[in-house]
Amino acid sequence: MKAYGKAIKYGDNVDTDVIIPARYLNTSDPAELAAHCMEDLDKTFVKRVQKGDIMVAGRNFGSGSSREHAPIAIKASGISCIIAETFARIFYRNAINIGLPILECTEAAKEISDGDEVEIDFNRGTIYNVTTGKSYQSEPFPDFIQKIMNVDGLVGYIKNQIREG
Amino acid sequence: MGMTMTQKILAEHAGLKEVKAGQLIMAKLDMVLGNDVTTPVAINEFKRIGADKVFDRQKIAIVPDHFTPNKDIKSAEQVKKIREFSRQMGIVNFFEVGQMGVEHALLPEKGLVVPGDLVIGADSHTCTYGALGAFSTGVGSTDMAAAMVTGESWFKVPEAIRFILKGKPQRWVGGKDVILHIIGMIGVDGALYQSMEFTGEGLKHLSMDDRFSMANMAIEAGGKNGIFDVDEITLSYVKEHADKPYAIHRADADAEYTKTYEIDLGTIKPTVSFPHLPENTRTIDKVGIVKLDQVVIGSCTNGRIEDMRIAAGILKNRKVHPNIRCIIIPATQKIWKMAMNEGLFDIFVDAGAVVSTPTCGPCLGGHMGVLAKGERALSTTNRNFVGRMGDPESEVYLSGPAVAAASAVTGRISSPDEL
Ligand code: SF4
Repeated sequence: MKAYGKAIKYGDNVDTDVIIPARYLNTSDPAELAAHCMEDLDKTFVKRVQKGDIMVAGRNFGSGSSREHAPIAIKASGISCIIAETFARIFYRNAINIGLPILECTEAAKEISDGDEVEIDFNRGTIYNVTTGKSYQSEPFPDFIQKIMNVDGLVGYIKNQIREG
Repeated sequence: MGMTMTQKILAEHAGLKEVKAGQLIMAKLDMVLGNDVTTPVAINEFKRIGADKVFDRQKIAIVPDHFTPNKDIKSAEQVKKIREFSRQMGIVNFFEVGQMGVEHALLPEKGLVVPGDLVIGADSHTCTYGALGAFSTGVGSTDMAAAMVTGESWFKVPEAIRFILKGKPQRWVGGKDVILHIIGMIGVDGALYQSMEFTGEGLKHLSMDDRFSMANMAIEAGGKNGIFDVDEITLSYVKEHADKPYAIHRADADAEYTKTYEIDLGTIKPTVSFPHLPENTRTIDKVGIVKLDQVVIGSCTNGRIEDMRIAAGILKNRKVHPNIRCIIIPATQKIWKMAMNEGLFDIFVDAGAVVSTPTCGPCLGGHMGVLAKGERALSTTNRNFVGRMGDPESEVYLSGPAVAAASAVTGRISSPDEL
């Protein structure tokens, strides 16, 4: 699995309240949520994001509320992967469960600039900054989590389990 | 090697003799929780899995508390969806308006969580039940859906930070001040992926309501859970509220902690978090002049009966400042009724405050007190992120009920000693 896109960069402690404000939580429709993604942090996001783009951020990305609407909004807006120094744990779980690829890599998160073109090879956990020519290595997922990602999230995983009895 | 309290509960529910930090396990669940924001998404996923029944009708709790009583048509549709699902599945613990309270105040009160339990909830403040010596943590909607089908969930066994509490809190200092102090000290990711374990002789000065408000905010330090040693105070609460069997797990003497903090409760002052992060704390003597437009006393952090009593003690024979809207929200029907019977509503209403039916309401900028651009609120809730209570250009400050009530009187952030 690979991803290729331009980087959209944010800072530390991006919380789920700014990713998708509570005033839009009276719906669970992904397209509707995507239309307001990042609104309270960056009003230009929705206009400039293109399919395949890669979100890059600092520490504690996705902190706060457990709303799965946050990774759903990001995924539905076309983002193919999030790279951060660290993720808040519920967000980390939710992203895996809905099949939104995320990578922890401090160096890449610090050095990639807004607008850089980035290529990711998920199987090897490598991040390549096409603009600067620099590569980075992130921790690959543990086996169990990789299995969930391979079937596009937890629903696929549980379905397979039920099928296998 | 020894295990922490959290590790013992996880091991027991995974059917293992021992677990180690970092290990991935599958564990059985005693309770699965969802609310009106997260359950509709979980129902979509439940259907995608193709399931037609839940693992146990008794072990699921669904609480429409965020946008209820329904604030608009869309919210009404969401709640209708979870109500119909609950009926269809025969879910016993669905709490309709009239029974409903803020979920994390409601579940312990209804006796649905007891010491030693393993609970997940599609709400980040599910960590509240750690006050009872249970392992509880917030998850997302897909986790909730999978859990409703299988009765199990996957966990990475966490490391832990230990907080040894000693001494006795001063006047006007409650659990909220203690946890704000701790978050100010370690930061909003200071306990990322870890358990926060609270122990020590200082516990005897912290009531269950204090402990609930502390465990509630473990997530605000990035923690996976916050958990308290079980003592007589816990057990008398459990006896009064629950008839489920419980189990007491204590940390081994050689359990490993990434850090240990000793905290003298006697040195903590009333504490306020400034916008826009809970870690931006200042003690009450250092807040300066911060004028307010609104004061909110309620939520899963501080909407319990002791919070109501503290607020009433301060508002008695006083008036809310003319520039302030003071909104008081008892967290459950039971707390509401107690407050009414104790005469607290007379005090609130005579002071010029409003008393609302139980709801999350303003805590997440939902309804019942949303802020306009440029407005400032002091709130006993748990988050002061950008736009949390309304317009992205409004501000939220966090405190305990004593400072909140005093500030409602003066119109700016104040200590009760100033009155
Ligand atoms: S009171 Fe606030 S923090 Fe607590 S469950 Fe409701 S919205 Fe969440």
